[in-house]
Amino acid sequence: MDRQKEYVLRTVEERGVRLIRLWFTDVLGQLKSFAISPAELEGAFEDGMLFDGSAIDGFSRRQESDVLARPDAGTFEILPWDAKGETTARIFCDLTTLGGQPFAGDPRQVLRRNLDAAREQGYSFFVGPEVEFFYFKDNDPTKPLQPLDTGSYFDLTTADVSSDLRRRTIHHLEALGIPVEYSFHEDSPSQHEIDLRHTDALTMADNVMTLRLVVKETALSQGVHATFMPKPLRDVQGSGMHTHLSLFEGDGNAFHDPAEPYLLSKTGQAFVAGLLHHAAEITAVTNQLVNSYKRLIVGTEAPSSITWARNHRAALVRVPETRVGKEEAVRIEYRSPDAALNPYLAYSLLLAAGLKGVTEGYTLPDEATPYLESSPREQAKADVPDLPQSLAEALDAMEGSTLVRETLGDHIFEWFLRNKRAEWAEYKAQVTPFELLRYLPTW
Amino acid sequence: MEPLLVHPDPPPPELARLLDLGGHTWKPVGDERTAISETPDDGWGGAIVVVGEQSDAAWGLCRAIRKGDLPVEPLLLLIGGNRLDELDLRDELYDDFCLDPFHPRELEARLRHLFWRAGSGTAPELVEYADLVLNLETYQAAIAGTPLDLTYMEYELLKFLAQHPGKVFTRETLLSRVWGYEYYGGARTVDVHIRRLRAKLGEEHASLIATVRSVGYRFGQSRWGV
Repeated sequence: MDRQKEYVLRTVEERGVRLIRLWFTDVLGQLKSFAISPAELEGAFEDGMLFDGSAIDGFSRRQESDVLARPDAGTFEILPWDAKGETTARIFCDLTTLGGQPFAGDPRQVLRRNLDAAREQGYSFFVGPEVEFFYFKDNDPTKPLQPLDTGSYFDLTTADVSSDLRRRTIHHLEALGIPVEYSFHEDSPSQHEIDLRHTDALTMADNVMTLRLVVKETALSQGVHATFMPKPLRDVQGSGMHTHLSLFEGDGNAFHDPAEPYLLSKTGQAFVAGLLHHAAEITAVTNQLVNSYKRLIVGTEAPSSITWARNHRAALVRVPETRVGKEEAVRIEYRSPDAALNPYLAYSLLLAAGLKGVTEGYTLPDEATPYLESSPREQAKADVPDLPQSLAEALDAMEGSTLVRETLGDHIFEWFLRNKRAEWAEYKAQVTPFELLRYLPTW
Repeated sequence: MEPLLVHPDPPPPELARLLDLGGHTWKPVGDERTAISETPDDGWGGAIVVVGEQSDAAWGLCRAIRKGDLPVEPLLLLIGGNRLDELDLRDELYDDFCLDPFHPRELEARLRHLFWRAGSGTAPELVEYADLVLNLETYQAAIAGTPLDLTYMEYELLKFLAQHPGKVFTRETLLSRVWGYEYYGGARTVDVHIRRLRAKLGEEHASLIATVRSVGYRFGQSRWGV
């Protein structure tokens, strides 16, 4: 048994851990869990824990629905919020088939495979997300949503419920080894943002899964509902998850070259070109809900066209200017994703799209600042492609994409399309209040 | 706890890492002369001699140890499979040997067994610094009496730092000594883990780990005032 596992087993014993939650993620990005007792843990490390995956979204297959959950000992953490004096820990799992092969329906294995491929090329991929969410008094969809506060961007609100919730949430995150870089009140009422300090993409995907749970759990403990739904309120900004991307070659920043314009290396330029070239294809995954597309509209801070710029906040890709003396910190920000995504799949695709640009030597189009500053009418005339305008359009773009199929693997690719087509079909069959209000009186 | 004498200087990185992770204190020694001049006040706790390309130097050191110029027991050899012939007629020069490249768990087991026979041990049970205590036996760490919830790598990093108070380590050194060479996050991984450790140590104790600008990190102050 290696030291890491021995460390976990010993800690479970010494700290009196009573329950170990084994965590994994379904294809849609929902956290799944089952609990084992400490006595089972050693066996789980050695042989994995068998379970029937057929009822999990995206796992079902005609045959062999059984899979093995193999705990990743490096992710062992004691949960800081467990009540009733019962110490509980969690471990993320990798899922394999009974034969020990990575299970094709496991998003964590997909990201592992893509990170390994990047590593073969000499790259490691770091990610830093800015996660936005709302607090509401409850989650009853039949009543109007009630925000907790009326604050706005960077407001220092008095000691109200939501700033207290945010503070507790951050303590929990830090206790779980998830460093928070910034947190503040966002633009919309009761909307908040937590920015995580960048780390390798696999750890960050785990961290995003953990963050969503911590935000919701902490809110729930005060009787409040937290939501990552991209656009819960009509006339204010929605919740996004702007994602900062860094690529390292050895210990050097592969995006940095002092001799290039904006300090962005040839590799960095090609990476951005790759993101832009494949943006439409990956949007169904970075923005996977019907509701996601109500955030991506012209006139908000969310991007609606496939553009890049240094400073314009409506661009899809931003190459933020670095501080003097910190020039080597050049990075790329991808601004369309929302926090209702599956981080394992989204990071896999962002990496694959960027690296495709690098290996194929795509050229970077012109910066879009003048375009983004023009009027909506001029924008409509310009020859700049739009991001998909709906989930249906995004699925059309994804369906024809070899890049997405190869990155996700056939199993997830096909299941995702089927599942999301069904979601769209269900949405299309709705008769909305908008239609009734507008058409019933006049037609 | 008497340190282990380790030859050559520097020793192979995988050996250094194994000793660090096992909680052994040790000093690299290039030749007999430095071995004598560097002898700690309480003597050496044992010796690990790697018989590699410069095998004459290694055997010379073993001979000096056995002659009594340098009283060190027990003595473990690490020797490549293609050099096993060199063991002939040198039985008196070592207590045990292990094939190099070694399997970490085999080497640990041999060390443990040798120390058991010699009735000694070089692995301390506790590492203490100010309010911080690490119990190497149980893998538990506590600050001011409160247990710290650490992941394995956070624990190993803290242990390594706390075992060398006052010493400045570069990110690269920490990466190679704590993580080993296989880790692919690069030196940034060290920053990430330092940041996490500080968060878990809490505001009051976060400053135990100091950032040394454009060099790396230092834990606490040296006990010898240097």
